[in-house]
Amino acid sequence: MTASLNLWLIPVLPLAGAAINGFLGKKSSRTAATTIGLVFSGAAFAWALYVAARFSALDLPYQEYLAHWFRSGTFSVDFAFYLDQLSLVMLLVVTGVGFLIHIYSVGYMWEEEGYYRFFAYLNLFMFFMLMLILSNSYLGMFIGWEGVGLASYLLIGFWFTKDSAVSAGKKAFIVTRIGDCGFLIALFLLVQHFGTLNFTQVFEQVRPFAPENAGAGFLTATALLLMFGACGKSAQLPLYVWLPDAMEGPTPVSALIHAATMVTAGVYMVSRSHMIFERAPIALTVVAVIGTLTAFFASTIGVAQMDIKKVLAYSTVSQLGYMFMACGVGAFSAGIFHLMTHAFFKGLLFLAAGSVIHGIGGEQDMRKMGGLRSYIPVTFGTMFIATLAISGIPPFAGFWSKDEILWKAFSSGPAGRVYWLIGLITAFITSFYMFRLIFMTFFGDYHGAHVDEHGQGSHGHGGDSHGHGEPHESPMVMLVPLMILAFLATVGGLVGIGDRFEHFLAPVFGSGEVAAAAGEAASRGTEFLLMGISITVAFLGLALAYVLYISKPYLPQKIADGLNGFYTTVVNKYYVDEIYARLFVKPLVDGSTRILWHGVDQKMIDNTVNDAADGARKVSDEVRHMQSGNLRSYASWIAAASAVMIAYMIWLGVGR
Amino acid sequence: MVPLSYYLVLGGFLFACGVAGFLIKRNIITIFMSIELMLNGVNLSFVAFAAHWHALAGQIFVFFVMVVAAAESAVGLAIIIAVYRTRETLNVDQVNLLKL
Repeated sequence: MTASLNLWLIPVLPLAGAAINGFLGKKSSRTAATTIGLVFSGAAFAWALYVAARFSALDLPYQEYLAHWFRSGTFSVDFAFYLDQLSLVMLLVVTGVGFLIHIYSVGYMWEEEGYYRFFAYLNLFMFFMLMLILSNSYLGMFIGWEGVGLASYLLIGFWFTKDSAVSAGKKAFIVTRIGDCGFLIALFLLVQHFGTLNFTQVFEQVRPFAPENAGAGFLTATALLLMFGACGKSAQLPLYVWLPDAMEGPTPVSALIHAATMVTAGVYMVSRSHMIFERAPIALTVVAVIGTLTAFFASTIGVAQMDIKKVLAYSTVSQLGYMFMACGVGAFSAGIFHLMTHAFFKGLLFLAAGSVIHGIGGEQDMRKMGGLRSYIPVTFGTMFIATLAISGIPPFAGFWSKDEILWKAFSSGPAGRVYWLIGLITAFITSFYMFRLIFMTFFGDYHGAHVDEHGQGSHGHGGDSHGHGEPHESPMVMLVPLMILAFLATVGGLVGIGDRFEHFLAPVFGSGEVAAAAGEAASRGTEFLLMGISITVAFLGLALAYVLYISKPYLPQKIADGLNGFYTTVVNKYYVDEIYARLFVKPLVDGSTRILWHGVDQKMIDNTVNDAADGARKVSDEVRHMQSGNLRSYASWIAAASAVMIAYMIWLGVGR
Repeated sequence: MVPLSYYLVLGGFLFACGVAGFLIKRNIITIFMSIELMLNGVNLSFVAFAAHWHALAGQIFVFFVMVVAAAESAVGLAIIIAVYRTRETLNVDQVNLLKL
């Protein structure tokens, strides 16, 4: 047994930071708030590094008991932590990328009102995210799960004076709650069948189950409900709608929560539950199909977006779809691999986009950018690296992980070929819209100055008050995280060469991964062929974007006109929000208004109370005349009552 | 020997007269006297029952009632004099400060 690692410190440190900044930050200076925010998140990262250094000497999975939480009958839950290869990867990604984004936020948020509040929320988010990762039971995970939802809500609505930000926050919270409902029911099912939510105990009891190949049983139901929970948190079809709106939050928030960490919680949860999913093939198929469809669907929307952050948001949804596709074909380690590289390059993309937005005074519309390459070269360079990474161009990180997923999908059977094909098309679209973003933003001429004359530019980026001068490069405090992430986005994929990453995670997922057997059967040659195809496709996307946005910039408008009906549909995101509004929101609002408000509340509850009060008043109005102040009338009442009493007693005596 | 019921009927009659006077009369002094009448009706019943059952409790109770009635008269007459001095009337219908 190794000495205690004090894992509890990792989540508790950011919590302490959040508490200090939250309670005392209002009175303290920006410097103090910065110090607190950075020191505590940095300490968490340092501790995570220390844990990583000690990792090879540990008995895995390493468990650490902190305190008893509660007991109900035979069901009991502790505060305890669980560390294995999977948690370690997540731990390093969350604390590492999280810390970088904390540093970046110092520059980005410096001029904002409520600067301390931002850091308190950010630290709070880190706490819940780490609880989610490190807990040793589903219930602990659920706390973190809900907690990050709360932090996400707070941060999306950070500029709470802006209506759109507030409603985006509420939307994110409510839509993910719909998924959480499924997660919660899955937990109830687990408690009902196994009497525990502890990971080790649940998986021990799941292990003897045979895969539910014929028909759907309890494991399938649980897996599907878990999947539904993951769909909410990780923005998959049909619950992805909150993520693009979540871009109302400050850009570092988009990078940390809505790209690198929180939205990947669903992937983590599905991977953590791989024991259950592997025994529920139907659920696995559903995961794969949802992932594939989401990847494709979201990428097509991304093509027509004009807001730089919206493009990235849809791209995130699409990349998360890839991760689910990987989980769905049983290649959990590939999913986690993509999760990691995605955290690097998507975090970087958002931070770079934030740097662009910062540099031109809060503008987010790409049509008003252009030619920024020469103004903000560092931002351009790092963002370009991230774009190469996400587009799947070797040797950048995204290539390795995305290719791994496509290969696993391809080799997982006949249905896998379909996933692969759609995934490949998606990769093409991804490459196209990402280079479209780059070309529109950084190449051509700067459109900001003259567009500005129309008095636009107030939309987006709430409180950034400094004026629209020349586009300017961001301060070093923002650029250094960009450079570090760019480095990671470049080399981060190399850990996957020769399946090293897969072997690292093998103790968690077991060598019995569904895909493994099929994977060995296909030859290396096919793998390289597929690799070649996906590289080609990535370059085709680049080329198409180059043709449309650099060499023949008049073409996109023409194509859009040619496809007029369809193009409008895509620009409007397939009217999904409108459809949801019509299908779910409006009936709910109308039903609540007519039945619950006018019917139940006003007619039943209010009327009952009011009628009771009116009745009491009317009766009292009559009765109060008894108290006339007239002595003889009182005496008559007494006499009359006595007479009645006497009559009654006589009647009693006679009756006996 | 006079039967018990005679006494009780007389006591009931006295009490009823007291009640009627209390309700009908307006003069406070008359009302006061009606109360005395009621008390005496009750006293008569007490004494009659005591004689009938050969029990002393009823007789003793009558003494209590008389003592209380005497005390009540003393206080009551004092109040009546005070009321008359302040309001210059003994009509209960005009002594109605407590009326809503």
